[in-house]
Amino acid sequence: MNATFETRMDTLPQAARGSQQGAPDTSDPMIEIDHLDFYYGANHALRDISLQIPGHQVTAFIGPSGCGKSTLLRCFNRMNDLIEGTRIGNGQIRIHGIDISDPAVDTIALRRQVGMVFQKSNPFPKSIYENIAYGLQIQGVRDRRRLDEVVEKSLRGAALWDEVKDRLHTSALGLSGGQQQRVCIARAIAVEPSIILMDEPCSALDPIATAKVEELIHELKKNYTIVIVTHNMQQAGRCSDMTAFFYLGQLIEMGKTEKIFTNPVQKQTEDYISGRFG
Amino acid sequence: MNPKSNPFAHQSSGARLAESAAFGLFRGATYFILLCATMIFGVIVVKGSGTVFKASPPFVNWTFLTASPETLYVFEFEGKKMELGDKAFREFKAARGLDEIEAESYAHSAGGIWPCITGTFWLVIGSMGIALFIGVSSAIFLSEYSQQGRMVELIRLAILNLAGVPSIVFGLFGLGLFVHFMPVVAGFDDPSTPSFPIGFGHWLNFSGWGICLASGWFTLAFMALPVVIAASEESLKAVPRGFREGSLALGATKWQAIRTNVLPYALPGMLTSSILGIARVAGETAPILFTAAYVMRDSAPGGGLLDFLGQGVMALPYHIYVISSKIPQNEFTERVQYGTALVFLGLVTAIAMTSILLRIRMRNRYRW
Repeated sequence: MNATFETRMDTLPQAARGSQQGAPDTSDPMIEIDHLDFYYGANHALRDISLQIPGHQVTAFIGPSGCGKSTLLRCFNRMNDLIEGTRIGNGQIRIHGIDISDPAVDTIALRRQVGMVFQKSNPFPKSIYENIAYGLQIQGVRDRRRLDEVVEKSLRGAALWDEVKDRLHTSALGLSGGQQQRVCIARAIAVEPSIILMDEPCSALDPIATAKVEELIHELKKNYTIVIVTHNMQQAGRCSDMTAFFYLGQLIEMGKTEKIFTNPVQKQTEDYISGRFG
Repeated sequence: MNPKSNPFAHQSSGARLAESAAFGLFRGATYFILLCATMIFGVIVVKGSGTVFKASPPFVNWTFLTASPETLYVFEFEGKKMELGDKAFREFKAARGLDEIEAESYAHSAGGIWPCITGTFWLVIGSMGIALFIGVSSAIFLSEYSQQGRMVELIRLAILNLAGVPSIVFGLFGLGLFVHFMPVVAGFDDPSTPSFPIGFGHWLNFSGWGICLASGWFTLAFMALPVVIAASEESLKAVPRGFREGSLALGATKWQAIRTNVLPYALPGMLTSSILGIARVAGETAPILFTAAYVMRDSAPGGGLLDFLGQGVMALPYHIYVISSKIPQNEFTERVQYGTALVFLGLVTAIAMTSILLRIRMRNRYRW
């Protein structure tokens, strides 16, 4: 493959790019994983994972701690590159049909398409405005009017505009935990990705803030493909369309959320969901 | 209640005695340090004040702070004992048409220490700039870019060892490398050193920079580097990982992430700890002994940039060394010694205070 990830993106049909316009195309898988093996040094963290994540839906990864769900999530935007000693042993991850481990893929272009929200909300110690505008500013956007527009649109998208519109230029660290996490979501959607990865986004939030973020996730799937890692089974049940259950680095079962929660095929899934372990 | 029956009553036991003795010893050791510090500062302040301050307005001896060192002449004239600096002495003679007056002369004992103050100032500023640039850059490389492995461990070990090198060895290193070896661009082919033509009728002569500010800067900077690197790495580590990941996840390059979301928050810590370290190095005599310090210069360094860099300077620590050990000791030199020591102490304290104030200010600005 000679073309960079970004140029390939531009040649893709509009619907497949998962853009905000056009009818969402849910038939094409957005992320395809083929027999993926992943290692932390000698530790075989993911074993022979194969799954497909549909576009414009919310896919939840559940499983006990250490089962590899976060690791898999961080494979999608190659955040694992930052950790020394990690490597993909076997297999492939394709996003929009492109193998993202290909040397021709630029992680910068990839991460603009595949946004991420972290477990611990990590707004930068800057103003709310600067937080949201950051992603565009590092792309070299200086046009004040465009930045203003994007900031407002992203904050509205993250259901935060009404709460913060009068204090855009105050520090984002002055916000509550739930608001901070929504700033992070707004920051991620400001660069118009097609996929948003969420790594336990509500684990540090109280129930009310959690409800707001979940509502937001529901809203966001109209425009974005969302993959969410969660420890909270009720959360997976409430806000996801598809659920994948992982255990000890293996994908045990994946299917429609209702099916997984009411009538799982595998015994391990049933045991986990009914709270017998985990 | 009968005191005899009180189970919690004080009892003197071996353990209690041992405790009192131990704490007495610790307290004594701590007070001893206080005593020593008080004595050092006290003697310098008391004796130095006589030189730096005076009893009548404007209360500060400006001559001492703003004039160059001069030779002091002590003589008797018309039954009066007089002390005059070199210039005043010559004017005095000329005014009276006298050729010779019987006088005792004392080197460096009149005038002031202005060239030493400016010299030290420039040495600190320049070496600070160089040490900060090299130190912060390598700290960023070591903790943000490089792959953690044996090579980096080796580099860290080397830096740690650098911190243990005696200052006189740094002086010799500076003498060998900067004073005698570093290349200079000149319009002629120097036959006594290796030289390479670089075109346009110029040659690169490896004749060394000589004893000058530039040599002193680099020598001092190398000495300050371990402190600067360690402080910078520490400050970089203190910046939460989430800031880096957050920016990288938005498609920032590593450098963008570092520049916009790591450095601004690490900089206060880097600067303040580094300045403190450099202030300490600025007090060293040995590194500038062979590389930058002159026994005597009439004026503060000046001129064009190259002239400026190529000049040797006087410096407070070296001046103290010279007037305390290289010239005959007497009551007149003692005044200058204590005066210089007091000014030097004040200067170093001022730098340290600045760095501490800076830290408090910047800490308040960046909080997370």
